[in-house]
Amino acid sequence: MSRLSSTDTPEETTDAAEAALDGPRNELLARLASQLGDGLVESHLVPGDDLWIRVTRESWAEAAGYLNTGLGFQYFNFLSAIDWMPSPFGRDMDSQVDLTLGHDESSEIDASLEHGVAGGETRFQVFARVNDIVNGLGVTVKVDIPDDDLSLVSWTSVYAGANWHERECWEMYGISFDGHPGLRNIYLPSGFEGNPLRKDYPLLARRLKPWPGIVDVEQMPGGDEEESGDDS
Amino acid sequence: MTAISDRDQLSYIAAQAADARVNVELETEGMTLNIGPQHPATHGTLRIVAKLDGEQVIAADPVMGYMHRGYEKLTEVRTYPQVTTLINRIDWVGSFANEVPFILAAEKLMEVEAPPRAQWIRTILFEMSRIANISLFLGDMGLQVGAVTPAFFAFRDREHVLNQIEAVTGGRFHPNFDRIGGLKDDLPAGWITETKRAMKKIRSFCDEIEGLLQGNEIFEARTRGIGVIPADIGLGYGLSGANIRASGVDWDTRRDNPCGLVHDELDWKVWTHVDGDSFARFWVRLQEVRESTKMVDQLLDGLPGGPVMAKVPRIIKVPAGEAYVETENPLGVMGYYIVSKGDLVPYRVKIRSASFNNISITPWLLKGVYVPDIVTILGSLYFILGDIDR
Repeated sequence: MSRLSSTDTPEETTDAAEAALDGPRNELLARLASQLGDGLVESHLVPGDDLWIRVTRESWAEAAGYLNTGLGFQYFNFLSAIDWMPSPFGRDMDSQVDLTLGHDESSEIDASLEHGVAGGETRFQVFARVNDIVNGLGVTVKVDIPDDDLSLVSWTSVYAGANWHERECWEMYGISFDGHPGLRNIYLPSGFEGNPLRKDYPLLARRLKPWPGIVDVEQMPGGDEEESGDDS
Repeated sequence: MTAISDRDQLSYIAAQAADARVNVELETEGMTLNIGPQHPATHGTLRIVAKLDGEQVIAADPVMGYMHRGYEKLTEVRTYPQVTTLINRIDWVGSFANEVPFILAAEKLMEVEAPPRAQWIRTILFEMSRIANISLFLGDMGLQVGAVTPAFFAFRDREHVLNQIEAVTGGRFHPNFDRIGGLKDDLPAGWITETKRAMKKIRSFCDEIEGLLQGNEIFEARTRGIGVIPADIGLGYGLSGANIRASGVDWDTRRDNPCGLVHDELDWKVWTHVDGDSFARFWVRLQEVRESTKMVDQLLDGLPGGPVMAKVPRIIKVPAGEAYVETENPLGVMGYYIVSKGDLVPYRVKIRSASFNNISITPWLLKGVYVPDIVTILGSLYFILGDIDR
């Protein structure tokens, strides 16, 4: 919408090789970088497919405002969070059959944080996706949330749809959103203790009754050996 | 003369003021009306707490979670093939469509592509679940305003499609048929002619519904101009599917971002409506069902041969990475954001379900409407509770 087609040409001449791969997304990234400055920490671009950016916590609201009004990303897709600390429970409640299915290393749990695309430094990351439906582009924005202050500026003033997503994120991860009109439980009963989607929140159903495992991998009569392909 | 009239006027004003005072004294507190969790208009267990001033809603607050099953947590302890059994139950009237974006996202991470025949059959089943899902809506929309007949027609004719889905997958509602790398099985013999017959029946069902509802005075009075969503508001709330297309936004993931499905090889049209009211949403969905039947016919005609399963390892480990794939499901855009750490199980799956966003507009939309319109507006937004609560 507000994106002018006339800005295409200078970008392409300077950065022809990359622009050939994915012109619109490279241009978008360049504009985000110039607007946010140091606020844009890292980015990840898959040509012809998708774009991720990671912003600082201070630039979170600015990123939303610029994406919405400056770049025409008016469509709010979703907002959620990721807990990068691997579960202390591992998959220990799985049946032995499951464990033998190529998952031998599960006994030792690697507690180190290992982040996904666009990197990260903290245990919790909030990520949101917005779309520019006119040009068919989407961008996933990530932000690190430090452990000692699990809070973030709310996006509700920019994207009205963020309201419920932030409520869900708050109850599932315990991340509060400053400026949110009413942070209260959305799925869980009020007074629920704990944040279920955190990795250190045990899945009680599994701990009470281990996964049967064998039922799921039982060979069908007749088998399908030939079409199963190469075991890797 | 003037003095009298002045005095008259003064007394009139005084009388009015007294009236106003009486009105203030008589004014009662706003009433809170609980709609649901068990209410026919809520398609399950959505509860709406509406604060009323007389017949008018001044604030509406949907309360969810009566059916929250924690799928995002459960996916973290299930292998990728096991996850499809769960996500079948998100939108339970168009189940097959739920599996597609998840499988496509996993395939994207694994860099596997399903063979052409599998992609075509996927698209056929995808569109048939749309027909099964939306034909339920078409019947239900009549029911919301008191027309009972369309509901019976819908249940009768939806069965033709469900039978065909059952013939391929073995399940009417939970097919669990999509696999990473293709499909579980090929089509049974004689299925194509049967399906074409079913599509013909669905088209005549659409005509019947159109004849029964469109132009019906009561239906039009209850839906036209009711629950108008302007396009920019709809975009901000993340509305999708027919809800946003009924507000004049020409956006369909099937056409604009076809990944993994073969909609771009078909001749079809994206229907939009400019009104943005309950009637527009009904009308757009009606056209979409017709368009889907045409698509299925084309797909059946052009079905390529070959295998339905690519070569994939027996034990599916998805390489580390993140991928987001969304498709245009019956209820709107549905997407899965998969975070993989190269394990048998996903590290994190964010399920972006259509109804959750679609219903998040209700506090805004229901403000100021009259109580009976709540039912038609909710009906026209069309949600499936499993798709909200996940």
